[in-house]
Amino acid sequence: MSPGLGSVFAVLAVLAVSVATVAVGVFGLRISRTTSDFYVASRAVGPVVNASAISGEYLSAASFLGVAGLVLARGVDSLWYPVGWTAGYLMLLVFVAAPLRRSRAYTLPDFAEFRVESLTARRVSSLLVVLIGVLYLVPQFQGAGLTVRALTGAPRWAGAVVVAAIVLTNVVSGGMRSITLAQAFQYWLKLVALLVPLVFLLRRWQHAGSPTRGLHAVDWVQPMHEQYATYLTYSLILATFLGTMGLPHVVVRFYTNRDGRAARRTTVSVLAMLGVFYLLPTSYGVLGRIYASDLVTTGRTDSVVLELPQRALGGLGGDLLTALLGAGAFAAFLSTSSGLVVSVSGVLSQDLGSRWFSGVTSFRLAGVVTALATLLLTVASTGLAVAHAVELAFAVAASTFCPLLLLGIWWRGLTAPGAIAGMAVGGATSVSAVLVVMLGGTPAGPLGAAVSQPALVTVPLAFVTMVSVSVLTRHQLPAHLGSTMVRLHAPEDVDLERGSYHPESARRPVA
Amino acid sequence: MDEHERTPPPQPGAPARATQRVRVTGPRRGRPRRTSVASEIDAQTELGEIYMRSLIRSQLRLALGVVLVVLATVGALPVLFRTWPGLLHARLLGVPLPWLLLGLFVYPFLVLVARVYVRRAEHNERSFNDLVGPR
Repeated sequence: MSPGLGSVFAVLAVLAVSVATVAVGVFGLRISRTTSDFYVASRAVGPVVNASAISGEYLSAASFLGVAGLVLARGVDSLWYPVGWTAGYLMLLVFVAAPLRRSRAYTLPDFAEFRVESLTARRVSSLLVVLIGVLYLVPQFQGAGLTVRALTGAPRWAGAVVVAAIVLTNVVSGGMRSITLAQAFQYWLKLVALLVPLVFLLRRWQHAGSPTRGLHAVDWVQPMHEQYATYLTYSLILATFLGTMGLPHVVVRFYTNRDGRAARRTTVSVLAMLGVFYLLPTSYGVLGRIYASDLVTTGRTDSVVLELPQRALGGLGGDLLTALLGAGAFAAFLSTSSGLVVSVSGVLSQDLGSRWFSGVTSFRLAGVVTALATLLLTVASTGLAVAHAVELAFAVAASTFCPLLLLGIWWRGLTAPGAIAGMAVGGATSVSAVLVVMLGGTPAGPLGAAVSQPALVTVPLAFVTMVSVSVLTRHQLPAHLGSTMVRLHAPEDVDLERGSYHPESARRPVA
Repeated sequence: MDEHERTPPPQPGAPARATQRVRVTGPRRGRPRRTSVASEIDAQTELGEIYMRSLIRSQLRLALGVVLVVLATVGALPVLFRTWPGLLHARLLGVPLPWLLLGLFVYPFLVLVARVYVRRAEHNERSFNDLVGPR
């Protein structure tokens, strides 16, 4: 792109998004006072705002930049990523949304402790939340670095530092209340940022006589051409369909619903919002095939969204639209990173910091620690592919928290040893696969396919472990199982005894 | 609201006087008595467990039904593409069918399934409420 004017526009746009995000955060500061405000916005959030916030938080760098890049590079098979990331909410809706809200757990470790009544299960879950959170945060920070470099030519670490600074300002000053408003704002910003340039691009394409060159390559336009395509596709489907419910920043947001019924209705709106959004990056990928197919050979497909306006339109219009897309991309990094930092630091402060500091102080400190640690990791590991880390985070979530939630909510037989063993086996196997892929040691052949998309192996393994260890230890069923099941499933408007567990109060005696 | 005493509506035609006493009639207000089903569930008797289990089972059956529907439609697409290559060449409005299915149609379908699910899940809960909730 032209170095002068375009960069100025881009910097101004990124600044505008950052200032707006901080402003919404500071506005929220006036309302948030207690620890529960910080964690879950005291549940005073309406359903549309909440659904926007969930979608805004969920649509990360992988969705805003990565999907278009994948469609450009790999064609129709990559459409399974956005389909899976949307269908994950349907699985979450039918199995988890209402019962999780009714459990009154703020976080996944809260849920683990509440359901199987074991502090060890809580600690294992906390470790996994931090692990999945960081796996997901690193690519966000890296995406920010790539974008800032593409827009202004600044070094990669600059973008990561900017995102970390803004997220920290927001988290430390306002907590989740401000994040909720900021996230809702981010969804609509991201939608508009992709929609407006797309309208111009499509008009240009029509004026040029709707060219279709580049769209006819057989292995691009037809599905299932890769080696081991059936395994890889189904493993991806399993990871994304079941991984969404185990993402820490997604789950914590359900507490902001008024009750279980509202949680369900919010999820339906989220499904619709995601479906509308994902039409856009797909279109960018297809247009990229026509106007920017050289990105495939240079391996820079992730920047196709940012480069299309310059290539197809050029001039001042191209500069302005690029700036708008840059702003949208930044919104994507900011919103997902904020949500992840909030949930990881919520878990860190509850389980580690609260011994030494008061609730709010430890929450803020944990936020600082999380962001700084991720920043260091990001700078240290620049060779990592953005899309890989995101999908691997889904695979880890599907292999650990998904069995915990599904069995914990729907099967009375789950015991603490079963839950711990299942999470440990699923976590160890999926994280090992992730490490092998990250270090570039993926072997050839079927084993390589299993390692690069581990979910189809590790998810069943985790389920089988959790069930069989639970059956072996069935004399260790939690003491309050009866009231736990009532709380998870009975609608709130029925007057029933639901047990005394509350994540903020002192912990109940555990078996 | 129910706990508060309601002030009677002013009698038409009669001048309102501060000292006038008015008899309040109507059904008893205040906290409705709990049904025996609710206390069975609280006491975790065998009967109470049966009520809870039937709620959980109906919701689980519904959820598994949704999974089956999604597996038989969206989840069957990779197998269909593999076993029926004619699908790959089919076009609708000039767009190859696999692109149309995965890029567009799948989203409204998922929303539709979700809406049907929510309606049925709430129906299951209303039946439970009718059984257990305040009369």
